[in-house]
Amino acid sequence: MSDEELGKAGAPILHIPTTLGAVVIAYNLPSVKEPLKLTPDAIAGIYLGDIKTWNDAKIAESNPGVTLPADPISVAFRADGSGTTGVFTNYLSAISPTWKEKVGAGKSVAFPAGSGAKGNEGVSGVIKTTPGALGYVELAYAKQNGIAFAQVKNANGDFVTPSTESVTAAAAGSLASMPADYRTSIVNAPGAGAYPISSFTYLLLYQNVDDAAKGKAIAQYVWWALHDGQKLCAPLDYAPLPAELVTKLEATLRTLTAAGQPALPKA
Amino acid sequence: MSAPEAPPVAPSSALPRQATGVDRRRAFVDKLARGACVAATVLAIVPLVAVLIYVAAKGIGSLSLDFLTNTPAPMGEVGGGIKNAIIGTLLLVGIASLIGIPIGVITGIYLAELGRYSKFAQAVRFSADILGGVPSIVIGVFVYTAIVLHWGYSAMAGSVSLAIIMLPTVIRTTEEMLKLVPDALREAALALGVPRWKAISSIVVRTALPGIATGVMLAVARIAGETAPLLFTAFGNDAVSTSLTKPIGSLPQMIFTHSTSADAEWHRQAAAGALVLVILILVLNIGARVFIRRRG
Amino acid sequence: MKRPSAHDTEVAIRPARRPLFGDVNLGDRLAQSGGALIAGIVVVILAALVLQMIQASTPAFSKFGLGFLFSSKWDPVKDDYGALPFLYGTVVSSIGALIIAVPVAFGVAIFLSELAPSWLRGPVGFTIELLAAIPSVVYGLWGIFVLKPFMAEYVGPVLKSTLGWLPLFQGPYDGLGMLTGALILSIMILPTIASISRDVLRAAPPTLREGALALGATRWEAIRYAVLPNVRSGLVGAVLLGLGRALGETMAITMVIGNKVDISASLFEKSSTMASQIANQYSEASDMQLAALTEIALVLFAVTLLFNVGARILVWRTGRMPGGGRSA
Repeated sequence: MSDEELGKAGAPILHIPTTLGAVVIAYNLPSVKEPLKLTPDAIAGIYLGDIKTWNDAKIAESNPGVTLPADPISVAFRADGSGTTGVFTNYLSAISPTWKEKVGAGKSVAFPAGSGAKGNEGVSGVIKTTPGALGYVELAYAKQNGIAFAQVKNANGDFVTPSTESVTAAAAGSLASMPADYRTSIVNAPGAGAYPISSFTYLLLYQNVDDAAKGKAIAQYVWWALHDGQKLCAPLDYAPLPAELVTKLEATLRTLTAAGQPALPKA
Repeated sequence: MSAPEAPPVAPSSALPRQATGVDRRRAFVDKLARGACVAATVLAIVPLVAVLIYVAAKGIGSLSLDFLTNTPAPMGEVGGGIKNAIIGTLLLVGIASLIGIPIGVITGIYLAELGRYSKFAQAVRFSADILGGVPSIVIGVFVYTAIVLHWGYSAMAGSVSLAIIMLPTVIRTTEEMLKLVPDALREAALALGVPRWKAISSIVVRTALPGIATGVMLAVARIAGETAPLLFTAFGNDAVSTSLTKPIGSLPQMIFTHSTSADAEWHRQAAAGALVLVILILVLNIGARVFIRRRG
Repeated sequence: MKRPSAHDTEVAIRPARRPLFGDVNLGDRLAQSGGALIAGIVVVILAALVLQMIQASTPAFSKFGLGFLFSSKWDPVKDDYGALPFLYGTVVSSIGALIIAVPVAFGVAIFLSELAPSWLRGPVGFTIELLAAIPSVVYGLWGIFVLKPFMAEYVGPVLKSTLGWLPLFQGPYDGLGMLTGALILSIMILPTIASISRDVLRAAPPTLREGALALGATRWEAIRYAVLPNVRSGLVGAVLLGLGRALGETMAITMVIGNKVDISASLFEKSSTMASQIANQYSEASDMQLAALTEIALVLFAVTLLFNVGARILVWRTGRMPGGGRSA
């Protein structure tokens, strides 16, 4: 939530990161077997509509030895408002001044090129059914639908395959700059092996819940989610939080109150 | 009444005569135009046949008892069904009918029998006509701003949208069907001293009932396939729900999300869902047609 | 179509409130007022619909004014909205649909009213009406899996190689876009236009046709020179009603038009309509974006209202033609 939204909420709200997700650049190129390597420049160029065909020099230069077709790129984006679009446009704004100035970042933006579809399913659907298509979806959707996705060049200059490990690495890389309320973007994070289009998924909690039983139950659930729950992330293609961050979050959770009383037992 | 252009008829002085070049051209144009009309009719039927064949061929393989009695599988898992969507559609259409049919039929009776020429009846008729032309998505926007913004997504909001969509059809067919009842029936009843409300309810409406039922069935068939307004009123739900105050799934919405997804299994399921929906709608349509044939 | 019925002419026997015999019956009075109360619901719904949408779109209207209709911006980041791309998409896809559907629909109507043997009229007419009964979302499904690849593989390349010099057929075409959208709309509005045109043609006085045939005209000449000129306004009405349906169609076109906010002359380009934009964004929108989307719904309402009222007047006038009104 933005500061403005927080102000409107009427009661103090905490942002609790619970897991990490990656937005991947998925594509449908039947003739290309090797995983495609994309530079930030190429991704921005494609979404700005400047790069129109697959064999454009900006794509070819990072994929030596790969025969790219001369076909047009069918760009796909989310037509509805979504967090996925928020992360992706955040990334584009971070790496491309042109994008930041012309389009900007948000849950729903004015895409200069491509076709829209509703939901992660919809974008995956367009990619899967359209040869020559490229789009951004959550890692889980690409993996579970068997759609190819690209390695992306990160701030360190390495091409990184999106995976739960490389996403956790991105989070670890940005811990140093983590603000106290955890509201931060980890796109284009520094660090070797960090996948650049990553983000936290937050739970939004009221600092105080008036119903004592409810407040305690919520706090206990979140506690579980940050500990045992983390083991369930990877099989679903979401990345677990770095251990160091979980320690920090424990302290935050202890500030939660239920009917004015601490919701969790003292450590 | 007169045609602005004269047909190119050859001047003929005496009969019988030989067919001239003009005659042959006229005969040719006649054949060509008639052929074009036949071709157009065939062409118009092609999409219907194509859609039905496609949905049946692709959907039939996934259609099984399991498919009808299970809820959707989480993404990445195989199997799963449309129990939630079937129950949702039945509930949405059922509640919408409970709201829409009584109001629509009574309004139709009022227009045809009670208020017929009054200013108020004209206003009602005019409103129903306008409402009948409002795109269903606009009805959805209205229900969203009027209901969903205050109470959240719910089956009730979806049902209200569908009820508003069916209302004009029910009103219009009821009125039209009642108008077809001969006045002699009304006069005979009134002459026997029967009060008007009784003459209307037990004689006029009863006579027109098959026609009204046909109109109602067609209206129900139409809302069963409505999708657009449900996207932001009923919203959708992967679990079975029968609560009026919670979001609820529906067949049309399931077809939309499944068919636009990337999963080949989901694509087949979308076709199977469409097959179920189309069968339901065709049964209602053909049933309505047979019904009026037999009685009328 | 208005059919003539006995009591259109017999106003006298049906006074609205005065009973024929004796005192006003209590049951009658109850029925009268109860009926009026329920009949009023539809008036209330319509009024509420208009007022509610005006109220919900006020923030957008006061921010953008009439410029909303002429701005091609749709930028949720800067909260800057305009309706022009969607107006354009709606108008172009609907007109495209008419261009494809009208000739076919008229052919069907002429066949059903003038040419077909009577045993064939019922079944064929019913089949055409079934076309209107298939839900939009099912056409959309078919559009994605059958029409889209067909357009990309066959229709697109043929158009490009023959008419590729026209601005209408520029750029790459993957099967999604304005052309596919217009085509699927045309299928959906065809039954509307065809069945109303058929009724209009049937309402034409048979003497027109018979007179022309008696003078030695061929069947086609009788239709072309005697019947059609006299029912022209009714046919225009049928087309407008089809247009009204095309303007508000949502699901099928949302699934194949590509949902890009853009104004482009090329029919291969992806586009958005008023209805598709609402379907895509309404459930995730808030604040100014929600108001702007609601204002689009209001504009859509106004446009369809305009065409529907115009169409009804035209069809109704044809039905009133002297000597007309042959019942179907």
